[in-house]
Amino acid sequence: MSITNESIHGLSHRLANKEVTSVEATGQFLERIKAVDETVNAYITVADDHAIAQAQEADRRLSSGTNITPLTGVPVSVKDIFCTKEIRTTCGSKMLENFIPPYDATLITKLKAAGAVILGKNNMDEFAMGSSTENSAYSPTLNPWSTAHVPGGSSGGSAASVAADECAASIGTDTGGSIRQPASCCGVVGLKPTYGRVSRFGMIAFASSLDQAGPLTKDVEDAAILLNVMAGHDPADSTSIDAPVPDYTASLKEGVKGLKIGIPKEYFIEGIDPEVDVAVKSAIEVLKEAGAEIVEVSLPHTAYAVSVYYLVATAEASSNLARYDGVKYGMRLDPTGNLTDMYRATREAGFGAEVKRRIMLGTYSLSAGYYDAYYKKASQVRTLISNDFNAAFTKCDVIVTPTAPSPAFKVGERTEDPLTMYLSDIFTISCNLAGIPGISLPCGLSKEGLPIGLQILGRSLDEETVLRAAYAYETATEWHKARPKL
Amino acid sequence: MSITGKDVEYVAGLARLALKDDEVDTYTAQLQRILSYVEKLSELNTEGVIPTAYSVSTSTPMREDIRAVSLERDEALKNAPSTARGCFKVPRIIE
Repeated sequence: MSITNESIHGLSHRLANKEVTSVEATGQFLERIKAVDETVNAYITVADDHAIAQAQEADRRLSSGTNITPLTGVPVSVKDIFCTKEIRTTCGSKMLENFIPPYDATLITKLKAAGAVILGKNNMDEFAMGSSTENSAYSPTLNPWSTAHVPGGSSGGSAASVAADECAASIGTDTGGSIRQPASCCGVVGLKPTYGRVSRFGMIAFASSLDQAGPLTKDVEDAAILLNVMAGHDPADSTSIDAPVPDYTASLKEGVKGLKIGIPKEYFIEGIDPEVDVAVKSAIEVLKEAGAEIVEVSLPHTAYAVSVYYLVATAEASSNLARYDGVKYGMRLDPTGNLTDMYRATREAGFGAEVKRRIMLGTYSLSAGYYDAYYKKASQVRTLISNDFNAAFTKCDVIVTPTAPSPAFKVGERTEDPLTMYLSDIFTISCNLAGIPGISLPCGLSKEGLPIGLQILGRSLDEETVLRAAYAYETATEWHKARPKL
Repeated sequence: MSITGKDVEYVAGLARLALKDDEVDTYTAQLQRILSYVEKLSELNTEGVIPTAYSVSTSTPMREDIRAVSLERDEALKNAPSTARGCFKVPRIIE
């Protein structure tokens, strides 16, 4: 019996019924990784021994019948941005090629406590900077639907590992769309929770006011199950929100009758791929038929979001990445015995081109004489973008848009042109700037056979309504059941 | 605003990045293109708008000052490229 195509809730059911053990399930996923990952390259590190030990422990829990959660014995993968004790954590960078964290990220601790089995660490754009996973220092991940195409990014390895059945589910991070855009490209579900809903402790920082961890899964119910485990205040992260965590699976199936769904006209613009336009508009019809009320809303500062993002995120990155200096951990090059030369040589050799580009852009916009024109201006426009959402959410409960302006693009197509690459995030970025939750779920396939994603955005801390709307769409359609032929 | 090769070298210096000559040219062109794009923000009048640094407005969380366990020194030093006598070792700073 093959279980690698199972969802978390499907596999959890089989584990509870003793149809399969966690050790058997883990073995099947490790076999699957061996069979397809040479092609997909969704993993930087596979943690066979750790995974099997965790599976054995999960089987003990399952057979004793105590302390069982919906994740107990379920094999998952995590983006290589989360510190994992005793398991190499590279963040997709040569800088951290040999970094073995001495502690677990809070999120990893929570997954382990729930009894999940961690199969390994997913490939990603270096330091989560990118939209295609081509910026990984460990070779790009390829899209399981078509290896000529990118899987999106920066959590491309996570999305591809779910789509290729190399895990039951995965955890990624989203700074400007890095969960939702790859979920869209790979035909899986990806949820970015409200900023502060999930602890960032032990998650390698890119842009600290925007970074947020979230699940990538085979269906919406799995996203709710994982968020139940992930969400909550953490004393080790002062920006994590101290608010009660609801059971996200409880209200999932309540439907969308009477729910007001906002459609922002600024997201249906010239330049959007016609197939994406058609797929998203027919998804809106499906929600309408399910009983939702469709209202037009306006997010007038949408066109400024990419500019704001690439000033704010790079400014924060230039500060966050100053820690890679060759002293405490990571790579060191010491060509002359002079301290400054050591810093410069280490950072020149350890960072890839996109990371250097963003550090320089951030350093420039923060430097004397430019701060007001760039960083301060961007932070003010960020306020206007947040205000747009606040106004829109007085007229509707959730907002529906495309996740990305096109299906996955071709490998190599945008690597020479950073600005075009940045524009792949045009529909996902505002959500991070405003700190609100957003989900992407499959809503179609292009003529080329590539997945198309539907994005649903909600009010701050209202993941429940986002998940409920997503679930209603999913149960009315079959797109989430489509699988790549790998 | 236009950015020159000299600006790029200056910024690389601030960011402690050693760039090769051809990289200076590439980055100058690419950063110029990005900066021209973000120039679009100047269309907006933001006078009096309060900047947002964090989307969640909470007061600084306070906690009791209680002693807790932190990483053991050996653990903290385990990933260091160079150590000596329980410390991180760096090249000589004072001649």
